[in-house]
Amino acid sequence: MTTLHQVSRAKASAPPVLDLRRIRADFPILGHLSNGKPLVYLDNAATSQKPQSVIDTLTRYYQAENANIHRGVYELSQHATLAYERARAKIQRFINAAEPHEVVFVRSATEAINLVAHSYGRSHLHAGDEVIVSVMEHHSNLVPWQLVCEATGARLRVIPMTDAGELVLEEYERLFNEKTKLVALVHVSNSLGTINPVKQMVETAHTNGVPVMVDGAQGAPHLPIDVRDLDCDFYALSGHKMFGPTGIGALYGKAALLDAMPPYQGGGEMIRSVRFEKTTYAQAPAKFEAGTPHIAGAIGLGAAVDYLHNLPWDLIQAHEYDLLTYATESLAAIPGVRLVGTAREKASVASFVLDGVHAHDIGTILDQEGIAVRTGHHCTQPVMERLGIPATARASFAFYNTREEVDALVAGVLKVREVFG
Amino acid sequence: MADLRELYQQVILDHNRSPRNYKRLPDASHTAEGTNPLCGDEITVYVLLEDDVIKDVGFQGSGCAISQASASLMTSAVKGRGTDEAEQLFRAFHDMVTAGPDAPADSKALGKLAALAGVRQFPARVKCANLPWHTLHAALTGVHEPVSTE
Ligand SMILES: Cc1ncc(COP(=O)(O)O)c(C=O)c1O
Repeated sequence: MTTLHQVSRAKASAPPVLDLRRIRADFPILGHLSNGKPLVYLDNAATSQKPQSVIDTLTRYYQAENANIHRGVYELSQHATLAYERARAKIQRFINAAEPHEVVFVRSATEAINLVAHSYGRSHLHAGDEVIVSVMEHHSNLVPWQLVCEATGARLRVIPMTDAGELVLEEYERLFNEKTKLVALVHVSNSLGTINPVKQMVETAHTNGVPVMVDGAQGAPHLPIDVRDLDCDFYALSGHKMFGPTGIGALYGKAALLDAMPPYQGGGEMIRSVRFEKTTYAQAPAKFEAGTPHIAGAIGLGAAVDYLHNLPWDLIQAHEYDLLTYATESLAAIPGVRLVGTAREKASVASFVLDGVHAHDIGTILDQEGIAVRTGHHCTQPVMERLGIPATARASFAFYNTREEVDALVAGVLKVREVFG
Repeated sequence: MADLRELYQQVILDHNRSPRNYKRLPDASHTAEGTNPLCGDEITVYVLLEDDVIKDVGFQGSGCAISQASASLMTSAVKGRGTDEAEQLFRAFHDMVTAGPDAPADSKALGKLAALAGVRQFPARVKCANLPWHTLHAALTGVHEPVSTE
């Protein structure tokens, strides 16, 4: 994995020349107005915009290719099945998984985590066992584990963080004992931007014989993902956050683990044979894909992965680093603004608070300027509690954002100060 | 386009900066909690009721300028009134903020509360203005679960 530090070094020797105008032209919504002003979309951590190629793929699928998969003997169905499985192989290559059948299509990152919690969690956790999570988990990677703990009598242990938003690794290492059965860890924090040292943390867990589930919802939009290099046991992807359609995501799981896990939901597609006396199940991934999946979504996610594959990632990362640095410096220069989340390794997320003004009021005023940011606790209430703040305003950047949009954000925040006097 | 100046009127900014009746009533006869979990607004409303008259009322909590100002204006408006008068105000207020962007505000009946009429143009913020009122209503009617306007 290339870290931001490495990128910044690379930047010093070769100044980035990303053709932003061309990239922005790939995303039709970026040319639209919002509240009569050019849309400044800075809520990419909530969901990203979609390139024309993804939109076209969805349209083409419904116009010319729609059929159910794995069922028909006719040409159209076989074509749809092929396209669906080809999308799986694209995602496998995108995250460098060893086998396509290590990729399970799901609805979202949330469903990927629930699948593991339900299937792996309930079959491996017993009363007194422990699951390690971090204080900066999205509720998606926290509540499913609380539910499993409630059902099994296991309990959660929490990795603390510093005020800057970095996990305290010495504390993490101390949490392991013979009862530890799983680590569930966010790759990139959606509210703080912190990039956690997942590879190192997986190594620590494996030294203790414990598997690791990584919530990668915010990883894939910013970083090249290599699940074999990370050596994580599970990795959750969210389609709509990585420039693909909503309603689709993927779960990576090591083949040996997926093969040994019980089904998650029952239904069609996931069986080998069904009798009243005994039903036997298909192999992974079919075992976990009961019912008709989101075929168009999977194929659309394949198109998103193709799009990402063709981007110049060294330049993209340098550009995102530049946006983050520029936004951080410009926002911090505004009197009364405090940045929340100042980890050394960060993705392009700038969360901030403004003295005397609640985040929602910031959001409403920025909206009038056509600027979309997220305000609130960002589904990470424990982070807010840890930092003693009710909410933040969050600008989260994608590679298609520009320095001019950062300028618009800064002008918007100055306007907030003006309104609130 | 919706008008920011109408939303963030001086009255609202003033009540946000120095909220009236921001206090816990140790001898409250009726109390309720309101939260909007998605935005994190939290409020507790305390009422001292005597013979169906609101002798005293206070609130505590945290939230945006709209919810804080609304709670402050509400407590000022209902103090000393009968519970049915307070419920009438609640209905009139509710109608005002949910009337849609172009409806005229019946500011006579509402007095100072009409300062919140600008909320009508900001549908995402209606729940902020309404939260204190729903919480007051819950307190008066003896609801024990926290209420929400989301
Ligand atoms: C870190 C993180 N994990 C999980 C999720 C949930 O992803 P999805 O929307 O695909 O369920 C999100 C989305 O907000 C997220 O930011």
